[in-house]
Order: sequence, then structure tokens, then C-alpha cells
Amino acid sequence: MLITLQNLFKTYRMGDNVVHALDDVSLTIAAGDFVAIMGASGSGKSTLLNILGCLDTPTAGTYLLDGVQVSNMSRAKLARIRNQKLGFVFQNFNLLARTSALENVELPTFYNGYMSGSQRRKRAAEMLDRVGLGNRHEHTPAQLSGGQQQRVAIARALMNNPPVILADEPTGNLDTRSSAEIMELFARLNQEGITIVMVTHEEDIAACAKRKVMMRDGQVVGAPQTGNPAP
Amino acid sequence: MNLWMILKVALRAIARNKTRSLLTALGIIVGIAAVIAVVAIGQGASTMMMSQINSMGNNLIMVFPGSRNQGGVHSGSGGSQTLSAEDGEAVARDLQHLVRAVTPIVRSGGQAIYQENNWSTQIQGVSLDFLEVRNWEMESGTFFTAADQRAGSRVCVIGHTVADNLFPYDDPTGKSLRIRNMPFKVLGVLTSKGSNSMGSDQDDTIIAPYTTVRRVLQNSVFNNVNMLLISLYSLDDIPAAKTEIASLLRQRHKLNARTDDDFNLLDMTEITNTIGSITKLMSILLTAVASISLLVGGIGIMNIMLVSVTERTREIGLRMAIGATPSDILLQFITEAMALSTVGGLIGVAIGVAGAQTVGKLQQWPILITESSVIVAFLFSAAIGVFFGFYPALRASRLNPIDCLRYE
Ligand SMILES: Nc1ncnc2c1ncn2[C@@H]1O[C@H](COP(=O)(O)OP(=O)(O)O)[C@@H](O)[C@H]1O
Ligand SMILES: [Mg+2]
Repeated sequence: MLITLQNLFKTYRMGDNVVHALDDVSLTIAAGDFVAIMGASGSGKSTLLNILGCLDTPTAGTYLLDGVQVSNMSRAKLARIRNQKLGFVFQNFNLLARTSALENVELPTFYNGYMSGSQRRKRAAEMLDRVGLGNRHEHTPAQLSGGQQQRVAIARALMNNPPVILADEPTGNLDTRSSAEIMELFARLNQEGITIVMVTHEEDIAACAKRKVMMRDGQVVGAPQTGNPAP
Repeated sequence: MNLWMILKVALRAIARNKTRSLLTALGIIVGIAAVIAVVAIGQGASTMMMSQINSMGNNLIMVFPGSRNQGGVHSGSGGSQTLSAEDGEAVARDLQHLVRAVTPIVRSGGQAIYQENNWSTQIQGVSLDFLEVRNWEMESGTFFTAADQRAGSRVCVIGHTVADNLFPYDDPTGKSLRIRNMPFKVLGVLTSKGSNSMGSDQDDTIIAPYTTVRRVLQNSVFNNVNMLLISLYSLDDIPAAKTEIASLLRQRHKLNARTDDDFNLLDMTEITNTIGSITKLMSILLTAVASISLLVGGIGIMNIMLVSVTERTREIGLRMAIGATPSDILLQFITEAMALSTVGGLIGVAIGVAGAQTVGKLQQWPILITESSVIVAFLFSAAIGVFFGFYPALRASRLNPIDCLRYE
């Protein structure tokens, strides 16, 4: 199993008020899967994805990523795991403003530092080709459409060749056509072997995934909680 | 993340807000420019003073008549009668092991006239050893002789300024100039020495035998002189020589143990020390001013870095999400602060050097810009960046990536 969550809790305490953002979540995701996490607003989808992305740590429970226990690692070690094993795609793209597409894509390699400048540029150019933006190297985010910006973000997520891509509402800021293009891209990357975990609340977007995980009030409901997608 | 890339990111962040960066760096620019200019002007001035002091002669001790106001007893103006040319001869004769040469100085002033040219100058009566004491040479002609000194002949040698003004077209040697209507034969011209440490022109003088000056110009029946100028073999002998000269003079002046000296000894080390301490005081004052400016500059950098961290919260979150460790973020912001202050420091160095040179040109003031002052200023400005950038950078590195990514 690529990802194994066991009895995960995330609890926020605001004064006397206790919010169980995650309430005993157990989930496994196999390599090569394409999972859509669905649920109402406030049901804990983003909280779950942030923990999967090692951006946040659970209050209780264990998280094994690629066989490694990451629930109680130091911030620096988590940063390394994010750099090597995970790619992030955000609803609002989070590209560096006034910075070319190519340089935005190069960014993750800054933090592993084994590549020369030319190797880095070459790889970034390849990634832009891979997402269909081979002719937009020097464009800054302001000169790109929403769909193109999200593709730059995906190229950036691919830069360090991670086994998993995590996307929180990747089509939330996009029109229908761009959304469809992004989902096609995800489907293609998934076929190439990358595991994708995506949060969405739109049924037609979720339909592109191999598997849906429904959440309600911090719990996973309905859908099978383990296993490979049904063939 | 390697250092070169961190630096590139930092420089780009600075270049992105050019006006803001410049205003932020202003405190550093002013502080560093002030330090560089002050050091350049100060070092230039003290080097000039030292070389002028050296130009006055070899390891000099000066003896003036009159007493120090010690123990409440002051011998008053009567003291000015006490020092004689014979005292000088005695010093030269009895303290040969220390003293290279001695000359008395008898001062007078007046207008020197040659044909239609006239020039007001000082006339110094000296002995044969004058040139050796003052470490001076003849440019043309000869100095006066022992016979001239004995006889009190009306002969003189003249400084360059006097030669230039009285004899603009002629060779002065052999000509006769008039002082108070008395003819003096010019034997030669001294080499040019320039101004001394008090800024007066050493070449604006006429040198004659002290016997002549006393007899002809001062009309004096007394044997007193204005000063003895004593040259030693070695600078290290100054303290010993001062003691021996003092005891010799006390003995010659028949002073008993309870009476104060009726003369003053002054040596170049005292003058040098005085100049040194004045220069030091000036430097301390101006360094204090510069430090305050640098402190204000540093706080400005801290302030703008805190603003920058807040503005770029999302960027910090993103960098963390894609693998920046807390220390990567720390280093990035410290580097940015350091780059900001160092660029300010470089501009400051440039302005300081230019300012010092302008002052030097306008005021005819010597300037000495040393490599070390530039390097120290540069390193210091970098250190200010690191120091004042640390706290904002630490705050950035401690941010939680999720909060950053959600930040509006
Ligand atoms: N930092 C936080 N502090 C307090 N409560 C939080 C925090 N983050 C999330 N929550 C709460 O946890 C629950 C799940 O939030 P989230 O995972 O963002 O939901 P969504 O499914 O809409 O992405 C919500 O009730 C939210 O208010
Ligand atoms: Mg959400």
C-alpha cells in the first residue's frame, strides 16, 4: 500500500468548543489509484488532504506513506518528504507572481539541490511539454489563463517525479472547458502510473476518478474504505 | 538550496521593489558613507600632519624661555630673558652623545624689498647648524659661514616663497635685498618645504645669522633667543635627552631645587600625541553619529523585512509545501536582508569615497582611502543585515505551511 491511514483523528479546540475535523478515519490507497474525496463543505476533506500531504499532523492515529511512519516526524523531515514524494496542486494555483512559467516549474528542485542550472531548466521545459505548455516558457502567471496556470502548477508538481499528486479542488477556479482539460491531464498522468488524490465537491469531476471516498462530519462514509479500484 | 540560488532569489526580491529597497537602505547608505568619508578625511589629515611634523626636522626638541605654571609660582615675563645662544652651544657641546645639532632661533619680522617688489615676511636668526637641525637643504647658492655668524654680517638665505615674490624674474643669489632700509646680501635659496602642521608656509621666511638679527634688527643688547631647536640622533632618546637638557639648563641658570624651570621643553611626540588625540576624539564623535545612522538603518531593514514576510506569506507557504525546510526559509530571508544592507553598504562606500574626494578637492585637504576601511564598512553593512534580518527571518521560518497557504 502506498498510503495507509489508521484511526486518524484531528481535533481543533476553540475555547470550550471542540471540532473533530477528522474523526477516526482509516483509509488505504494503492499505488496507481485515482481517488476523489467528496463531501459537503466543512466535512474534513481539506484537513485529510493536508495530513496526506504532510503539511499537517494528526492529533492521533498513524499515517504510513510508502511504508514510512510520518505521523510524528520533524518539520525538516516532513519538508523532505513533501519535496521527494508529493506533488501539490491547489485551487488557486499558488504560482509565484511576476515569475516565468519555467522558473515556477523549476522551484521544487531548488530544495533538493542536486541539479545544475541547465539540467533544471531542461527538466522544467520537459514538464511544461508534458502538460501541453511547451510554447509558454516565458509567460508569467498574469499572462496565462486559469487553465494554463493550473497546468503550470501541475508541471511544477511533477518536477521531482513524485509517486503521488495531491489536489485540493483543482478545478474550483476554472470554467467547464478548462476543468475538463485538467481532468484529462490527470487521467493521463494516472495512466502513466502516478497516484492521484483529489478533493472535489463536483460530481462530474469526481466521475473522472477511479474511486470516490465520501466524507461527512470528519468521517469516511459509504464507499469501501480499503482496496484497489474494482476492475 | 545552494547559496548562489538563494542570493539570486534575494536580489530579485530586492529588485522587484526598487524604490522601497532604496528607501530602506538609506540609513545604511548614509551611515556607511559617513564612516568612509570621515575615515578618509581623518586619516588623510593625520598622515599629512605627521609628514609635516617630520618635515620640521629630525627628532626635534624645542626649548622656550619662561616657566611652566607649576606649584603656583610663575616667573612671568622675566623668564623670556633667560635663554641664550650659549645655552644652545652648551647643550651641543656637553650632550654630544645624544644631540646631533642645535640652533637658536631669534625672530623678527619686516618688509623685504627688492627693486619695486616688496614682501612682508618673518626673519629668523639662526646658527650654522640650522640646516642640519631642520633637515633642510639649499636649492641654490650657499648657506652663511662661521665668519658671517661671528661678525654678524648682513647676509641671508631666503625661502622659496620669498624668492618667488621678490625675484620673480631674477636669480636671487648674489642680489641685495633691503630689510628696514638695510641691505642684506642673498647667499642662496632654500628648497621648498611646503606648509607645516599649523598650516603656515615654511618657505615664507628669511634666514640670517642670529647674531645679525639680534644686533641689526632687534637692536638688542641682551643675549637672549626666542627658542632653541635641538635635533637628536634618535627618537628613542627624547625622554633621556629632555632630562639631561633640563638639568644642564638648570645648572647653567643656577636654579636651586625649590625653583621652577625657567624654560619649557617641548618635543614632537607631545605634538604628535595631541594631534593624535584630537583626531581620535573627532573619529569617536563621528563614529557615534554614523553608528546611530546604521542602527536606524538596521531597524528600517528589520521593519521592511517584517512587512515582506507578511506580504509573501503565501509564497512562504508554497515554498514549504514543495519542500523548503524551516532553515531554507530562514536562510532565504536573512540573505535578503543581508543583500539589502550590503547593496546599501556598496552605495554608501561609493558616496563616501566620492564625498571625501570632493571635500579633498574643494578644501585642498588630503584624502586617504584605505582598502581596510572599505572592506570593514562592507562587512559591517552585511553584518547589520544578518543581525536585523534574523528576527523577521525566524518568524517566517516558524510559520505553519497550512496557515500560509490559506492566508489572504
Ligand atoms: N485551523 C483550524 N482551526 C479550527 N478549526 C478548523 C481549522 N481548520 C479546519 N477546521 C474545521 O475543521 C472542519 C473541517 O474543515 P475542512 O477540512 O477545511 O473542510 P472541507 O471539507 O470544507 O475542506 C471544519 O469544521 C473547520 O471549521
Ligand atoms: Mg476544503
